Amino acid sequence: MLEVRDLHAYYGKSHILHGVQLSVGAGEIVSLLGRNGVGRSTTIKAIMGMVDCEGSVKFGGEELLGHKTYAIAHKGLGYVPENRDIFPTLTVRQNLVLGEKRAQTPPRWRAEDMYEMFPRLKERADTLAGVLSGGEQQMLTLCRTLMGDPALVMIDEPTEGLAPKIVEQVANLFQEIRRRGVSILLVEQKLAIALDISERLYVMGHGRIVFEGAPRDVRGNAAMRKEWLEV
Amino acid sequence: MEFFLVQALNGISYGLLLFMLSSGLTLVFSLMGVLNFAHASFYMLGAYFAYQVSVKIGFWPALVLAPVLVGAVGMLVERWGLRKVHRFGHVAELLFTFGLAYLIEEAVHLVWGRLAVESPVPPELDGPLFHIMGSQYPIYRGFMMLVSVAMLVSIWLALTRTRIGLVIQASLTHPQTVEALGHNVPRVFMLVFGGGAALAGLAGVIGGNAFVTEPGMAAAVGPIIFVIVVVGGMGSLAGAFIASLLIGCMQTFAVSLDWSLGGITIAQAAPVLPYLLMVLMLILRPRGLMGTRDG
Repeated sequence: MLEVRDLHAYYGKSHILHGVQLSVGAGEIVSLLGRNGVGRSTTIKAIMGMVDCEGSVKFGGEELLGHKTYAIAHKGLGYVPENRDIFPTLTVRQNLVLGEKRAQTPPRWRAEDMYEMFPRLKERADTLAGVLSGGEQQMLTLCRTLMGDPALVMIDEPTEGLAPKIVEQVANLFQEIRRRGVSILLVEQKLAIALDISERLYVMGHGRIVFEGAPRDVRGNAAMRKEWLEV
Repeated sequence: MEFFLVQALNGISYGLLLFMLSSGLTLVFSLMGVLNFAHASFYMLGAYFAYQVSVKIGFWPALVLAPVLVGAVGMLVERWGLRKVHRFGHVAELLFTFGLAYLIEEAVHLVWGRLAVESPVPPELDGPLFHIMGSQYPIYRGFMMLVSVAMLVSIWLALTRTRIGLVIQASLTHPQTVEALGHNVPRVFMLVFGGGAALAGLAGVIGGNAFVTEPGMAAAVGPIIFVIVVVGGMGSLAGAFIASLLIGCMQTFAVSLDWSLGGITIAQAAPVLPYLLMVLMLILRPRGLMGTRDG
């Protein structure tokens, strides 16, 4: 579904990604692991057309590189940024409305689905998003992207700084996303969550993919974990 | 009392006209980070386009057509000028709008000449609206207030009740995130720039008749709207509204007061007062009345 080949990305003159290769299949949950600063967030931003890059990013067989971010979003890619980028001066309901893309086909998700999964968002539907707690903001960011009915959603550090109970809710949402046939590319620091929900994992180091495997391969490779993941 | 009432009404109507100009400037600044030096030139274009259309088919069509034409010019400027310059940074954008202001002024000289053109108040809006204690209040001043308030309500409804308004509001703070949700943010920028230009054009239509339509009108009003944006707070519509009314009333009252301070009357010092207010604001509260960013 998503095929990234030899992806190089640049911030000004800094060369950040050095030939990243990865793929995500239909209905698959794939995690991108690695320490801070190795290029995980840059990889998904590059896929979304938000940084200058070279190489090839194909989605459903179509080349995405060179397209504008909004056009890439319309091709069915969703992006949930890491810093809970809610629109603070708009209400929860208005935030969700901005996620909708008004496609011809009925979307997989409606606001009611979101409210059912996260009743707290329904209670606060007319509250300004800026006053929500960190956990509520994270849920809202995820739900807002899903409202656009992506076929693949890329999620950057969704559980960072969240209470364990909220983390559990977010993990349940991932299962629901998969159940509805949506693929996930997850950037995550919490290894336990990634191992629990992913079918495959990539590990990044110095702007490259340094390991690829199933959860059992990661669990069974202490040397790799020590070199690339443990702090 | 009579003096106060008439001056207050004049001040409010002038302040509302200033808001029509400064609202576009502050919206464009919030969204694109561009301080558009050519903004007052769109005001002048509005007045001249209205003059041209009025001569051919009358004032009422001009009231609609001139702002639409200025808005279209604004969109072309954004799409084929500012957007190309954007990659070179804000200084380049600033210089671009600075040059554009000169270009528009020279174009006006070429097409309409260096002298003022005759743009009288239309006959149906000429005359007194009502009398306050023996003084007349002109219909045209009331009309200016009506158009300004209608515009104010329309902007508010458009920004808070429509989907494109929500997209604009969200793009003010998080353009990249808005784009990642599938909204064409560059097109939103173009629409806002064009909308801001159209508002300035509308102000030009009614300001041209109320004051005078001449090539110096952009330079006369340009500095004042920058003062409003600084005093109100860079990027704040509510701040621009308060500052517009404040400066509109301040200027109107000041020119008619003959109180003397050390040999200089307030009327004599009136043109300086807005700049004095701006300097004080920059020293005491650099973010302005309701701005969120410093400097």
